[in-house]
Amino acid sequence: MKIEIDNKTYDFNQNETILDVCRKNNIEIPTLCFLKEICHEANCRICMVEVNGRLIPSCSTLAQQDMKVITKNAKVFNSRKKTLEMLVSNHHKDCVNCQKYGYCTLNKLFMQYNVTESKEFYKKNSTQIDDSSPCITRNNNKCILCNRCQKICTQTQSVSALTKQERGFETFMGCAYNNGLRDSTCVGCGQCTLVCPTGALVEKDETKLLTQMLSEKENILIAQVAPSVRVSLAEAFGENIGTFDEGRMVSALKKLGFKYVFDINLGADFTVVEESNELLENIKNNKKGPLFSSCCPAWFKFLQNFYPDYVNNLSSCKSPTEMLGAIIKNYYAQSQNIDVNKIKVVGIMPCTAKKGEKERGEDVDLSLTTRELARLIKQKNIDYLNLPHEKFDSPLSTYSGAGLIFGTTGGVTEAVLRRTIKLLNPQSNQIEFLDVRQGKGRKEVDVCLGETKLKLCVVSGLKNARELMEDIKSGKKEYDFVEVMACPGGCVNGGGQINVDYDKIDIEEVKFKRANSLYEQDKKLKVRNSSDNEIVQQIYRDFFIPSPNKCDILHYHK
Amino acid sequence: MKFEDLNEIKKKNISFQKKLKNQKNNFILSIKDDCKTKLENITEYIACDGYFALAKALLTMNRQQVVDEIIKSDLRGRGGAGFPTGKKWELCKNQESEKKYVICNCDEGDPGAFMDRTIAEDYPHAILEAMAIAGYAIGADEGIIYVRAEYPRAVERLNQAIVDASKLGLIGNNIFETKFCFNVSLKLGAGAFVCGEETALIKSCEGQRGEPKLKPPYPAERGYKDKPTLINNIETLANIPKIILNGSDWFCSLGEENSKGTKVFALSGKVKNAGLYELPIGATIKQLVYECGGGVLNDKQLKAVQMGGPSGGCIPTKFCDTKIDYESLKQLGAMMGSGGVIVMDEDTCMVDISKFFLEFSVDESCGKCTPCRIGNKRLHEIIQKICEGLGTLSDLNELENLANYIKDNSLCGLGQASPNPVLSTLKYFKEEYLEHILEKRCRAGVCKKLTKYNIMHDKCVACSLCFKICPVDAIYLDDDGKYTIDQNKCIRCGKCKASCRFGAIERK
Ligand SMILES: Cc1cc2nc3c(=O)[nH]c(=O)nc-3n(C[C@H](O)[C@H](O)[C@H](O)COP(=O)(O)O)c2cc1C
Ligand code: SF4
Ligand code: SF4
Ligand code: SF4
Repeated sequence: MKIEIDNKTYDFNQNETILDVCRKNNIEIPTLCFLKEICHEANCRICMVEVNGRLIPSCSTLAQQDMKVITKNAKVFNSRKKTLEMLVSNHHKDCVNCQKYGYCTLNKLFMQYNVTESKEFYKKNSTQIDDSSPCITRNNNKCILCNRCQKICTQTQSVSALTKQERGFETFMGCAYNNGLRDSTCVGCGQCTLVCPTGALVEKDETKLLTQMLSEKENILIAQVAPSVRVSLAEAFGENIGTFDEGRMVSALKKLGFKYVFDINLGADFTVVEESNELLENIKNNKKGPLFSSCCPAWFKFLQNFYPDYVNNLSSCKSPTEMLGAIIKNYYAQSQNIDVNKIKVVGIMPCTAKKGEKERGEDVDLSLTTRELARLIKQKNIDYLNLPHEKFDSPLSTYSGAGLIFGTTGGVTEAVLRRTIKLLNPQSNQIEFLDVRQGKGRKEVDVCLGETKLKLCVVSGLKNARELMEDIKSGKKEYDFVEVMACPGGCVNGGGQINVDYDKIDIEEVKFKRANSLYEQDKKLKVRNSSDNEIVQQIYRDFFIPSPNKCDILHYHK
Repeated sequence: MKFEDLNEIKKKNISFQKKLKNQKNNFILSIKDDCKTKLENITEYIACDGYFALAKALLTMNRQQVVDEIIKSDLRGRGGAGFPTGKKWELCKNQESEKKYVICNCDEGDPGAFMDRTIAEDYPHAILEAMAIAGYAIGADEGIIYVRAEYPRAVERLNQAIVDASKLGLIGNNIFETKFCFNVSLKLGAGAFVCGEETALIKSCEGQRGEPKLKPPYPAERGYKDKPTLINNIETLANIPKIILNGSDWFCSLGEENSKGTKVFALSGKVKNAGLYELPIGATIKQLVYECGGGVLNDKQLKAVQMGGPSGGCIPTKFCDTKIDYESLKQLGAMMGSGGVIVMDEDTCMVDISKFFLEFSVDESCGKCTPCRIGNKRLHEIIQKICEGLGTLSDLNELENLANYIKDNSLCGLGQASPNPVLSTLKYFKEEYLEHILEKRCRAGVCKKLTKYNIMHDKCVACSLCFKICPVDAIYLDDDGKYTIDQNKCIRCGKCKASCRFGAIERK
């Protein structure tokens, strides 16, 4: 089928919108509320194009045979400009101080359409900033009511913390009863901060806390970096989506003033060992009910909020970052003879929810997101792209491929499988479990471990988790092990990762590229099973095995 | 029930029909205050041929024939847009789906309009009958009446009607011993104007926030619970039984070339006899205002009529002979809307009136799309500025730009129509805007900041009447022994001017 856009003819398929056709052919159309598959309500009115003399929203109008579309003329330009003028007239423009500066779609459009401050007699709505949540800061004075956050929170995550309140000019995005996010059902996953086109929803900024810690000279600052950060950070400096970059990241952290930079991949290897032990124990004892993975704090919160009866099914294992923190503060401090009180462990995470985890564990002193790290690097005027490539500090940095792939959905399961299969069946050489990798939000796998058959389930995205829980609750499904990551696609698409321009790339592609980058690296590694990690072996040999109750530091107290 | 049973009930109560016949029977609904043809009671309704149209449709016509009859009648939707009803039915009928719905729109959010309420209160059975006919025609077995909760009597009577009709088996299963089943329930709306918009109404029915949705897909394709849904206004439906019973030719004999039938208007404002009037479509504005309404209050000059509810347009007196039909009104920048007509006399400030109507749109916007949510507020602020005498010519320019922007870019009918009062007054009464801006004058004396009362000392006889009547003691006797107004105290109520018997007080 053919459609005419700006006097040129293009092919299109059934069910494609005008915007789809334009994007495919690199015809630029701005969007604010549109998000492929997630939000297509046509409420922002920025994507208007002209058809038959009338303005229509291209994001949700299907292309039709012989339709004549104009994307660029005075009428279209003026319409978009007016829409932006309307938005700016109710927007607290504080761009240079805004956490979204540089990533803000709205700001980009203001510049593109030459929109300046509006008339002085236009009254702006003014509300208090909501910083009640330990993870997310909400500033409604910057909200343009695009509705993306509501869609992602309600549909993708099934949390429904954010909904529209009031109506007309007074409409605002908020929580029920106008509570703060802390008193809502919010689980802190931060997906809303990924999609918000403005600075209205951002991670709670804790860069100042870090600067403070760095300035206190007696502190020994240790950074530890989560697996998926290394495939996102470089994007902030113009590299391609999913670029694998450990060297310059370590280098930048050192420049910021960290004394040591360790790798949470190692922590993940410990988690694999402990969690698979727990699973094997369960099998041995014939313990019923699924064992839930526990590394995702938003998932933990989700269970607490919506399925409190199942909290006990969570693995007692701490998350990789907490495990590594515990190892640093116990084993490492002891072996290096450092006063624990001087050690400050800072996690660099793809995750906003980790900021709330502090309330659960005590071994990590501060959690910063990938975005905050990128911002700090820019603030400190570090020329990231030209940094030398440095290595993580030993000894807490040797990792196996199993630890690395924790950064994507299915990673935990695959890592646990790599180890358990080997344990139960030493001849087995199976390393890759493609069935559990990216793709659908919920995957079920049956594996044979010797005589026992295991039913596993891998879930990412909380709507899928809710469906899973309903199935478990109603008895429709039974599993032995369930891995849940709150963010769709796992931590690679975590709520704290670098913001990307969804006008240019779909969320699905972002997930895929970053995850793929981890898998590629995993393939290159010699050691891909956590048990084979020599540092893991060494620490167990020297520290945990001689006094087994020390293992408690790797677990939450139930 | 069988058809014979229905006939039996009619015969028993035929005396009631005779009684009615003696009264002047106006048109279709016979809505007129002095004519008590209320048919809320089921036996009385049956005595007046009630449910015979349903019987006729079910027993003698197939589905296509019913739809064809409505198409031939040229009936157009009375909810505002005037969409051909038959066409809508056909579209619904042709949808492949196991489940379909019929929804009756009785949200009626226009201020000052109460024809839908009257119909629901007085003719609840006609609505049930029409919905069942519609259900039969399009293949739906479930109907929903969406009525605002502020109409408790309508709710009560509709509920009673459902109970009574179900008892007799006129709705429910196997109606007239055919296989046709049709059940009706009520949904109460909380009174948001925008919930009258069909897609918002559906969302509200589903228990969601009442926000309109982009069309297409139309409700006829994907409506309530994503199933094909026929939404008709209650007045549209009220016409159906008579069309089926008397035939489309009878219906076509009323009304205009391209708009058939009658329409109920809610006449209000500065008119002697405000109220509901049913007129054949194509009657003129003059007829409505002077023949039905008895002319302008206090015999003042007619300045304009506002047609089509809060987002309609103001039509100046010179178009008084315009026929009231969908096309003619649209050409003038107004619309039929739901049939609200507000009469304005010479004391009306057209700038102020457009501000007034805009206020309604600002309050009732659902807040979903940018042009309506923010644009209308800005429009209001600009007019406010002009009314306060602070407006500039560039404001006037911006007013027009913005109004057109909102009209062209809003998502639903509310936003698209909300600038109509502004655009129509700009078109027909631009000089008043210019007076406000350039001369800082409001000729109607409505905009307080632009109005000043002054006592002309050469005419003042110092009778002290104004002094006594002024509610804020702004008038004092000055050294010359004449009365003077303290402009700082004056609230521009105009009472002094009205009281002065010597014409000594002027308004500037
Ligand atoms: C803002 C807005 C408010 C509306 N309010 C009503 C209403 O109160 N009652 C009504 O019947 N239709 C209302 N409509 C029209 C409906 O959307 C719809 O067109 C109508 O119910 C269709 O019925 P009809 O074809 O019988 O006219 C409204 C439309 C808009 C845009
Ligand atoms: S952080 Fe997650 S749960 Fe909380 S409001 Fe945002 S999307 Fe919803
Ligand atoms: S907070 Fe952000 S994502 Fe949510 S509606 Fe406002 S601008 Fe959109
Ligand atoms: S035009 Fe107004 S009422 Fe309609 S969707 Fe937009 S904001 Fe809501």
